[in-house]
Amino acid sequence: MEGERTVANSAKFCVHHKNDTVGVAVSEILAGETVEGWVMDSSDTLKITARANIPLGHKIALADFAKGDQVIKYNEPIGFAVSEIKIGEHVHIHNLRSARW
Amino acid sequence: MKIPRFMGYRRGNGKVGVRNHVVILPLDDLSNAACEAVANNIKGCLALPHHYGRLQFGEDLELFFRTLIGTGSNPNVAACVVIGIEPEWTNIVVEGIAKTGKPVADFHIERHGILKTVEAASRKAREYVLYSSELQREPCTVDELTVSIKCGESDTTSGLAANPAVGKVVDRLVSLNATVMFGETSEVTGAELLLKDRAATPEVGEAFHKMWSSYNDFILGQGVDLIGSQPTKGNIAGGLTTIEEKALGNIQKIGTSRYVGVLEPAEAPTGKGLWFMDTSSAAAEAVTLWAAAGAVIHLFPTGQGNIVGNPIVPVIKLTANPATASTMSEHIDVDLSGMLRREIDLETAGDMLMEMLLRVANGRFTSAEVLGQREFVITKLYRSA
Repeated sequence: MEGERTVANSAKFCVHHKNDTVGVAVSEILAGETVEGWVMDSSDTLKITARANIPLGHKIALADFAKGDQVIKYNEPIGFAVSEIKIGEHVHIHNLRSARW
Repeated sequence: MKIPRFMGYRRGNGKVGVRNHVVILPLDDLSNAACEAVANNIKGCLALPHHYGRLQFGEDLELFFRTLIGTGSNPNVAACVVIGIEPEWTNIVVEGIAKTGKPVADFHIERHGILKTVEAASRKAREYVLYSSELQREPCTVDELTVSIKCGESDTTSGLAANPAVGKVVDRLVSLNATVMFGETSEVTGAELLLKDRAATPEVGEAFHKMWSSYNDFILGQGVDLIGSQPTKGNIAGGLTTIEEKALGNIQKIGTSRYVGVLEPAEAPTGKGLWFMDTSSAAAEAVTLWAAAGAVIHLFPTGQGNIVGNPIVPVIKLTANPATASTMSEHIDVDLSGMLRREIDLETAGDMLMEMLLRVANGRFTSAEVLGQREFVITKLYRSA
């Protein structure tokens, strides 16, 4: 248990669901930093190298996206990539758009 | 399961309140000054100025009356003075509130002028404050509570932590047979099909979807979209990008509960359990509608720091965003920022929030109350005549 807690506390981003293609920074992540993430539904951890600064609360790409690819969070589509996105990049209004409006 | 108890005000109609306000309610914009003068004369009462009540018609007028009558009828209100420019519409509101059995009186300004009206209404307000000051709290159980929930200035920490914590409390309240209302029609866009499936019956799910579609059609009919409004600038600063993402975070607030019915704006639920109300996602408008439908406490998770309150309903503010918890600490009743560091797990967060809910039910003021956040905002459906 103690070991698990150490791993969990070092997580700098969270992932709602194991199928998600983005994670959420829970503390500031700097470009070039290799950071650990916690997958909340499966309690897995994963490591990603950030390609950009990711402010707290902002999203980090967990996969490569082609233009038009759906972006998945909460195991649901939250919009589509409006340009190519590489794993570790910051995902926000500059490269992700709603499918609704 | 043992039902938690608290000390509340049981009104003549059996409904339970957690506050004991004497409200001075203007029927219309013209009567705000008189109501504020009464509230200035008589300590311990509360004027609720607003912008409307003249030349409204149709569905918009019905909603207006429902909102005013519901506000005066709320169990957090011990007694109510209504002042209007003319007697006819004023009487409609007074008769509506009188059905609760609580003391209510009407005054109108035409043929009297503001000075005589203020004097007469102040004498009545004095009587009501003295009356209410002797009402005693008595033991009540959580199943007698009506609670509303809405988030504001959300960010991704809302969906990760604060909203799921509210979901834990909602599940608990629903299992204890309390009444809970949620809504925010524009803000469930992107999760509307998931939400349709969260209804207790397929008929209720259809009724929800019809309500949502009607709003969505209204937006599309304006030839606009909600980019720039939904998500808000604050949401975007906090890392939320799309309405779908915001909606999926939003619906974490209902936990695993199923809603048993849908309500028109300011319509009171007819039974226990979780209810969806067709509301704006603007905080003050939505909280005002739930207060008019009988909510006596509101749970308000925020990400970037929405500071909304309500004059008659205590609004409990919680956040999981560490920056908000530290830079806006005077607004926050429950700091859940430890959830992101995994110092607080979801069950503990639910316990912390439930404990605060009971403390507030017992009389503990919320941050919004002590800071004087008293937003009373009437939802208006369309232009007046």
